[in-house]
Amino acid sequence: MKQKNQIRSRTAYFGVFTALALIFSYVETLIPINFGIPGAKLGLANLVIVIVLYKTNWREALLLSAVRIVLAGFIFGNMFSIVYSLAGGLLSLAVMTGIRKNKGFSVIGVSMAGGVSHNIGQLAVAVLVVQTYQVGYYLPVLLIAGLATGALNGVISSGVLKSLRNVNFTDN
Amino acid sequence: MKRNDWILAAGVIAAAVLILCFQIFGSTSGGSAAVSVAVGGEPYGTYSLDEDQAVEINGTNRLIIKDGSARMEWADCPDQLCVGHRGISRSGESIICLPNQVVISVESSQDSGLDGVVR
Repeated sequence: MKQKNQIRSRTAYFGVFTALALIFSYVETLIPINFGIPGAKLGLANLVIVIVLYKTNWREALLLSAVRIVLAGFIFGNMFSIVYSLAGGLLSLAVMTGIRKNKGFSVIGVSMAGGVSHNIGQLAVAVLVVQTYQVGYYLPVLLIAGLATGALNGVISSGVLKSLRNVNFTDN
Repeated sequence: MKRNDWILAAGVIAAAVLILCFQIFGSTSGGSAAVSVAVGGEPYGTYSLDEDQAVEINGTNRLIIKDGSARMEWADCPDQLCVGHRGISRSGESIICLPNQVVISVESSQDSGLDGVVR
């Protein structure tokens, strides 16, 4: 009985987080900032991913990331944006999960590494798609952009996580 | 921010600056340069930057070469990023239209203006 309740509450939380991540994706399409670089965005939805990664585990975060990207891709983007985002999102989550194990990094560092690797993953797919290394022209700008947006998200995440200190999403 | 956070940030910035320097010093300006067009990784054609011309690429993109600089005048893709890209003239610069898989890059017909680089 207890286990059934756990599954129910986890499902409910997952739904809420998915909705939240989708709302952030939507908010992002409303922000009229064009960085002049393809693929450079604030990455607000990754805020939710970072928080879920810290409050639950990487499996939940991975599922959330994949669901969020596919849904947001169908609603706001196209097949192209889904492929790019998936590459970025998966690499980013893998790097964040790995770096989190190192206690020398705070949430901000983890988020920065996530932002940078997200852009690297997207750029790697771009290189494969157009079959030219010349896409690497954007690499320096995307590195800095990922670092900056990652730092911003990290600062917000660490604030949110502080407030959520006593909230438990896993019911253990 | 912990110590490793700063190291990570410094590392990424250093890498970006290094790559940027490499791109700037690795490219040359002037000389008789040509623009090469590739679609989906396959070479499409090479056009001289010295003569003004318009190049139609597969009916999806239109490239304009004027005053020694090349720019994308029109593309049928939704994001129009390549159209918004500034003109390119220096060797190594490129304009990329991802939806149509079109890559336009400047290739210098002569080698770098530098005799050598000492590190």
